[in-house]
Amino acid sequence: MALSLEEVRRIASLARLRLTPEEERTFAAQLSAILAHVEQLKELDVSGVEPMTHALAAGETPALRADEVRESLSPGEALANAPAREGTLFKVPRIIE
Amino acid sequence: MSRAPSDLTALSLREAGAGIAARALSSRELVEASLARIAATDAKVGAFLAVAADRARAAAVAADARAAKGERRSEIDGVPVAVKDLFATKGLATTAGSRILEGFVPPYDAAVVERLEGAGAVLVGKLNMDEFAMGSSNENSAYRPCANPWDLSRTPGGSSGGSAAALAARQVHGTLGTDTGGSIRLPASFCGVVGVKPTYGRVSRYGVIAFASSLDQVGPLARTVEDAALLLGKIAGHDPRDMTSSTREVDDYLETLEAGARGLRLGIPREWFQGGLDAGVERSVRAALATYEKLGAKLVEISLPHSKYGIAAYYLIAPAEASSNLARYDGVRFGLRAGARGLRETYAETREQGFGAETKRRIMLGTYALSSGYYDAYYLRAQKVRTLIRRDFDEAFRSCDVVAGPVAPSVAFRLGERTRDPLQMYLADVFTITCNLAALPGLSVPCGLHAESGMPVGFQLVGRPFDEATLLRAARALERELPPLPAPALGAEVR
Repeated sequence: MALSLEEVRRIASLARLRLTPEEERTFAAQLSAILAHVEQLKELDVSGVEPMTHALAAGETPALRADEVRESLSPGEALANAPAREGTLFKVPRIIE
Repeated sequence: MSRAPSDLTALSLREAGAGIAARALSSRELVEASLARIAATDAKVGAFLAVAADRARAAAVAADARAAKGERRSEIDGVPVAVKDLFATKGLATTAGSRILEGFVPPYDAAVVERLEGAGAVLVGKLNMDEFAMGSSNENSAYRPCANPWDLSRTPGGSSGGSAAALAARQVHGTLGTDTGGSIRLPASFCGVVGVKPTYGRVSRYGVIAFASSLDQVGPLARTVEDAALLLGKIAGHDPRDMTSSTREVDDYLETLEAGARGLRLGIPREWFQGGLDAGVERSVRAALATYEKLGAKLVEISLPHSKYGIAAYYLIAPAEASSNLARYDGVRFGLRAGARGLRETYAETREQGFGAETKRRIMLGTYALSSGYYDAYYLRAQKVRTLIRRDFDEAFRSCDVVAGPVAPSVAFRLGERTRDPLQMYLADVFTITCNLAALPGLSVPCGLHAESGMPVGFQLVGRPFDEATLLRAARALERELPPLPAPALGAEVR
């Protein structure tokens, strides 16, 4: 199936990606080729097949723990990589004028 | 005692560790030899994104002090190693090969880094990779190309290209990589080294920058099977910080390593030898199979009927998970920030500037596969096919102990050869990808040199869940029968 440029723009917007017009054209062609390849999955009869929703081996269960307060990174460590900060907050551009 | 540095860099991980134990050499000597080798070769190879010379020298001094007091932490205490730049290293910049993480300095260590350093290994740097581990040639690194030490015009494979190239170039004695669809085994195969992709859940993913969380797994690369077993033993085991980490006890991989291949049943999937497999690769792989027969192993023909759907299922599931995992790169909390006109513009501009083409492509593909109206047709169907692929292996393991065949359809291809056609690039993973989808352990071990190109060929073994011990034992049985690979040429200037 071929993806239209419009569809490419819609997906890019969902993914919060900005694409150049050239990227839009390239991705439309490349993603169409990849989607054509994955079409072969439609040959298979998957009725009654359970989806594999996790990769744990038989007998393994995901480890859950109680939701309790634990020691974590200090605010200083957590903010150390912030592109912009104010006090102990991440600073972002104004959202509401 | 005095040795030429080139002698030191050629030592295996175990030999280097044993040398320190015997006080025949020091960690400092090994680290200096490693740093000198990197300085002499890496302008050509490009295996490293960052060399942490000061940190390594300090760690070596500490390791030597422990050795002097008879307090070595393990048999690898003091030996120089390096890890893929996908692992968080406290105080040491970690990029995942992406501009979007340029300058990011993690406030904590990945579990496997803790374990390696806890065993005394000396981290000399961070290794080159495809951006966010997406790629099969290392050409998606945002920072620098990585070349194959056997032929600098060819790729080292990917995504853990630096992890394999650093070993082939004798820069360090052991490395770690990650394998989501073949990213340890493919570069190991292309560079003539050993690589292990453990069972999903065997090694903690804590502190590993996420690509596709139901497929990602950490594993060792090394120049010998014994070294790979040694490293795997150090990094495997339960970690409560990774909810998918298994509590199962870790086998002693070294104990059974020399047990040979007699009586072992090797399952040969007929689908892995049909069409597309290079004739020279097939010859090397079949010669390895004949060697196993000579050693008393049994070859059993098996079928993995859904193998051919592996690439299609993977390129829906992995991008879907990636599109979700990579949503965190928004320019707010860490890494690059671009644009200042508003929050939405900040997201879009940051991601436009920070992500490379392949990463964008996969985010697009994954977003599409998960989007309203397409979820059932693509993502859900792919998950069902994943079940069928897993069942193929379950069925195969009723008649064999390990599945055996080629790692890749070809030897290392040339740099630039496949960058224009993403689908062509993806096909390099056709034999490795089903192992990830089925969450099984897999291994690549060299099985000789390709007659026409002189490039290494890799032999793949896939095992039952948590049966890494049998894979390593089988690989060791083959390794023992084959002449060791010569050192790669690397270009005459750096010899």
